[in-house]
Amino acid sequence: MTDAAIIWFTVRMAALATGLLIPPALALALLLARGTWRGKSVIETLVALPLVMPPVATGLILLKLVPHSVVFTWRAVVIAMMVMSSPFIVRAARVAFENVNPRYEQIARTLGAHEPRVFFTITLPLALRGIAGGVVLGFARALGEFGATILVAGNIPGRTTTLAVAIYDRVQLGHDSAAWHLVAAGVIVAFVAILLSEKSTRRRA
Amino acid sequence: MTLVIDDLVVPLAHFDLQVTATMGARVTAIFGPSGAGKTSLLDAIAGLRALKSGRITFDDVVLSDLPARARRIGYVPQETALFPHLSVARNIRYGGRHHEHHVVEVLEIEHLLDRGVTALSGGEQKRVALARALLTAPRLLLLDEPLSGLDWPLRDRVMQFLQRVRDDFNVPMLYVTHDEEELAAIADEVVKLPIQPHSK
Repeated sequence: MTDAAIIWFTVRMAALATGLLIPPALALALLLARGTWRGKSVIETLVALPLVMPPVATGLILLKLVPHSVVFTWRAVVIAMMVMSSPFIVRAARVAFENVNPRYEQIARTLGAHEPRVFFTITLPLALRGIAGGVVLGFARALGEFGATILVAGNIPGRTTTLAVAIYDRVQLGHDSAAWHLVAAGVIVAFVAILLSEKSTRRRA
Repeated sequence: MTLVIDDLVVPLAHFDLQVTATMGARVTAIFGPSGAGKTSLLDAIAGLRALKSGRITFDDVVLSDLPARARRIGYVPQETALFPHLSVARNIRYGGRHHEHHVVEVLEIEHLLDRGVTALSGGEQKRVALARALLTAPRLLLLDEPLSGLDWPLRDRVMQFLQRVRDDFNVPMLYVTHDEEELAAIADEVVKLPIQPHSK
């Protein structure tokens, strides 16, 4: 498998994982930022767990939870990436929502806006910068995902081999220079992604 | 046009705000020292604060049964709360475009429409917030210390705009203030909130 194919596969999987994660992560972040409800602290802790647990441990848990038909497929790659990057997006979005002055939302309601309109025209645009920062971090985390991925998706060339897994694989086989090629390519991809997102958020601000 | 506040109890941090009043003038001032619950009373009328008990009616409409978005109450909060990510034009059109031309003309904000709101002066912000509330064709206008944070010459000028709104638009106003000069300049009747709040 060529370097380009591995990188393209990893970027696609990371983008898909991040994209799929955004709606539920934003919904959860909004609930955590605005609501007071039973079990909130339990959910907060659960959200943070993938940050502190060894990724391999998270992978082992996923292996038990994910249906057999999904294990060792690209879907498992996406699931592992989603779980590992979720804390970054949820926590950043939560802080971003908390920083939106509720007075703006209240006044929007007095102007006749229903809740979805308040969210999409006031809350979300005002929180967008903070959310974008979390999405970039989450995407970067997904790009580099290794521990959970190797357990739940394995290392099947062309089907589940991601950038991090391929680097590890090449080092294991003693192909150090081939591994370095992937490292260099990975650095460039991450660099460009972060640069683009910084630019887009700055323009919006 | 009569606003009736019937045995209203609004729970606040340190006391329960209790109000019973009938307001029927063009401009009713709600007068009281800071901490007396003036803003909380406006919030309750606008539907932004939960009531413990009581009823708020405007003519035949029981406002306290409606959600904030259905009350048709124009609210100009003290801090104006202009949406910082929207232009002046998009701010004032957020809730509607009733009599837009007239409102923009009376408040003299035509030249500001394309600007962002964060670059406006204090007096301009007040006028834009007033326009935003008026374009929804509200049944009642709530003004929370509309002259606060303005310097003296500007206070007179914004007061002139408020008087113009009073005379040009057929909208009753509730005007919160702790300043007796403002009372004399615009109010037809006064509702006083107690100095010593009932403690819980």
